[in-house]
Amino acid sequence: MYKGVMVIGEQRGGKLHPVTYELLARGRVLADKLSEELSCVILGYGMEQFAEEIIQRGADIVYIVDNPTLKNFLPLLYTRVLTKLTQEVKPGIVLAAATTQGRTIMPLVAAKLDTGLTADCTELDIDLKDKSLLQTRPAIGGNVMATIKTPVSRPQMATVRPKSTKPLPVNKGKEGKVILKDYETNLFSTCEEFLGFIKDTTQDVNVQDADIVVSGGKGLKTRDGFCMIEDLASLINAAVGATRDAVDLGWIEYPHQIGLSGKTVSPKLYIAIGLSGSVQHLAGMQTSETIVAINKDKDAQIFKVADYGIVGDLFEIVPELIEKLKNKKEGKDSLQKRSEIYDKV
Amino acid sequence: MNIYILLKQVPGTSDVKMDEETGTMIRTDRRNVINPLDENALAEAIRLKRALSDVEVTAISMGPPHAQRALREAIALGADKAILLSHKGFGGSDTLATSKALAKALLTSVNGRLGKNDLILCGERATDGETGQVGPMVAAILDIPVITFVRKITLEDYLLTAERVVEEGLELIKTPLPALVTVIKDINQPEFPTLAGKLNAKSREIPIFSPDDLGISNNEVGLRGSPTRVVKIFKPKLSRDVIMHQQDSSGAAVDNLISFLEKRGAI
Ligand SMILES: Cc1cc2nc3c(=O)[nH]c(=O)nc-3n(C[C@H](O)[C@H](O)[C@H](O)COP(=O)(O)OP(=O)(O)OC[C@H]3O[C@@H](n4cnc5c(N)ncnc54)[C@H](O)[C@@H]3O)c2cc1C
Ligand SMILES: Cc1cc2nc3c(=O)[nH]c(=O)nc-3n(C[C@H](O)[C@H](O)[C@H](O)COP(=O)(O)OP(=O)(O)OC[C@H]3O[C@@H](n4cnc5c(N)ncnc54)[C@H](O)[C@@H]3O)c2cc1C
Repeated sequence: MYKGVMVIGEQRGGKLHPVTYELLARGRVLADKLSEELSCVILGYGMEQFAEEIIQRGADIVYIVDNPTLKNFLPLLYTRVLTKLTQEVKPGIVLAAATTQGRTIMPLVAAKLDTGLTADCTELDIDLKDKSLLQTRPAIGGNVMATIKTPVSRPQMATVRPKSTKPLPVNKGKEGKVILKDYETNLFSTCEEFLGFIKDTTQDVNVQDADIVVSGGKGLKTRDGFCMIEDLASLINAAVGATRDAVDLGWIEYPHQIGLSGKTVSPKLYIAIGLSGSVQHLAGMQTSETIVAINKDKDAQIFKVADYGIVGDLFEIVPELIEKLKNKKEGKDSLQKRSEIYDKV
Repeated sequence: MNIYILLKQVPGTSDVKMDEETGTMIRTDRRNVINPLDENALAEAIRLKRALSDVEVTAISMGPPHAQRALREAIALGADKAILLSHKGFGGSDTLATSKALAKALLTSVNGRLGKNDLILCGERATDGETGQVGPMVAAILDIPVITFVRKITLEDYLLTAERVVEEGLELIKTPLPALVTVIKDINQPEFPTLAGKLNAKSREIPIFSPDDLGISNNEVGLRGSPTRVVKIFKPKLSRDVIMHQQDSSGAAVDNLISFLEKRGAI
């Protein structure tokens, strides 16, 4: 009876958040393994415009609930609508992003549906023996991985760690169905009130959205030393990260802290400079795709999770790296210019 | 009004190690503590109690008998009352089963019912299970509003306004009571227990409830009441096949790094 994979798309301020495409990529793999359909739900106002790209990024069906009251995330309201929709569609699997929105709405809906929910999964797969969902997640500060099943209850629900997978490229030829859902007005009334949103400009750094993070630790010695991290980061379009010690020393603000008591990131490339790789720091970055470490201590823990390590003095290595990357960039730029000139000729 | 704190006892951080052979957890140190964010929740309750009149603060925990220690500590920190849900029938509960037991305790066993002006405070997540699901699930079962990731609470005429920290900034949300709020570290700086508080806590009985006492069937809690099953626990594969270079004057280490990154498409 319960069939298909459903992902809960995420919108912020009327814009579809790209984490939705990551969910679609996850959902597509599972739906294909099950030979079932992939649907995507969007709650919001004025969201229909995004349906086409949602289909081109993997969905077979898009459900849109469009209502002015859904403009901002209100937990009770969203829960009521999503619970109703899920009961109608009866998907076998429901996924949402492990963002502040997803981590709030999913436990609410799961409890309403009286079913299980697995938090912050980094791996999802289908057990082909019984077609059930295998949900793997880190816990206890990244010290443990647990694989969890929901054997009986349906749907099987999971939140998925952002940046733990890549979106599918747009497939212009892909077709799908768009279904506009409407419900009677009393479903949309709630006692909650959204008073406003204040953008945090220090979050512009948004280390969690960056493809590359350059992080520094106590080995940078001083605030001036830490500037090298910022120089390298801006050169390669990266966000700046830091250990707790670097933050405590006042070299950089707390929003940049990576680790157990800071942010969790999973970029394509993480460059760790002058930091030892404490368990608490690793908890926030060890799922990065590629990790580079620079440290003078060849036994530093950070090398255990690295793909590429350089043992040596960072005060020599980092300036050399910056210099060589700069030269490369300039070389590329001038090459580009030259070819542009040739094009014109 | 009543303010309830849902309080979990967790292993003191960083002393959890894995036995790689058996895949089980080894507690090198048996020291348990109040989940750090639950201390913030408690401190917030105490702050509200001081600011308003007629507030009673009750801590509720589900866990093994020794979780009484955490509840005594809560009393030392200023909670008026504490109760513990403890029985082998609760063992192995996942977040849904845990939430059902806690919701039932809130509805029946503490003050007979949840009052229309009551507030429930939780930590945003616990340091061991780290799901952050128990707070919202309890709210869903009680059918009351919930605000998560909260760093500031204002109460006025039994209306609650909260600042919710999200990815790109702050959301301001207002809701009537009863409601449940999950708090993050930024909300306050917990105080240390006073000597008087410690003495008071020492002599206090912590009532213990079983599923029977709560009027919950054994099918709703413990393993049987849990829709999820942990089928495998393993240590994350930490080590990668690291390529190591010693820095020297030739500049090879950095050159190789750059071509390594280019080959991987990382820059
Ligand atoms: C509950 C709890 C939560 C925590 N949360 C976090 C968290 O979220 N994030 C976090 O980062 N930490 C966290 N910590 C702290 C953590 O335990 C470590 O103390 C911290 O990560 C260490 O920071 P570091 O690597 O910068 O400093 P250190 O451990 O001192 O490392 C400095 C490194 O720099 C190297 N170095 C020094 N000079 C040079 C040089 N000239 N060239 C090259 N290398 C050099 C050294 O070899 C050393 O490895 C937490 C701790 C606790 C108990
Ligand atoms: C490795 C591992 C992975 C797990 N993964 C999952 C999973 O994905 N899904 C799932 O359903 N279960 C899971 N569990 C089981 C889950 O950890 C337990 O059900 C646990 O009792 C509550 O979850 P938590 O620690 O995640 O609490 P959280 O939901 O993170 O706790 C948030 C807040 O809820 C309150 N709270 C939580 N537990 C209690 C309590 N016992 N008493 C009083 N207040 C409490 C506290 O205020 C706390 O700050 C897992 C367990 C392990 C060991």
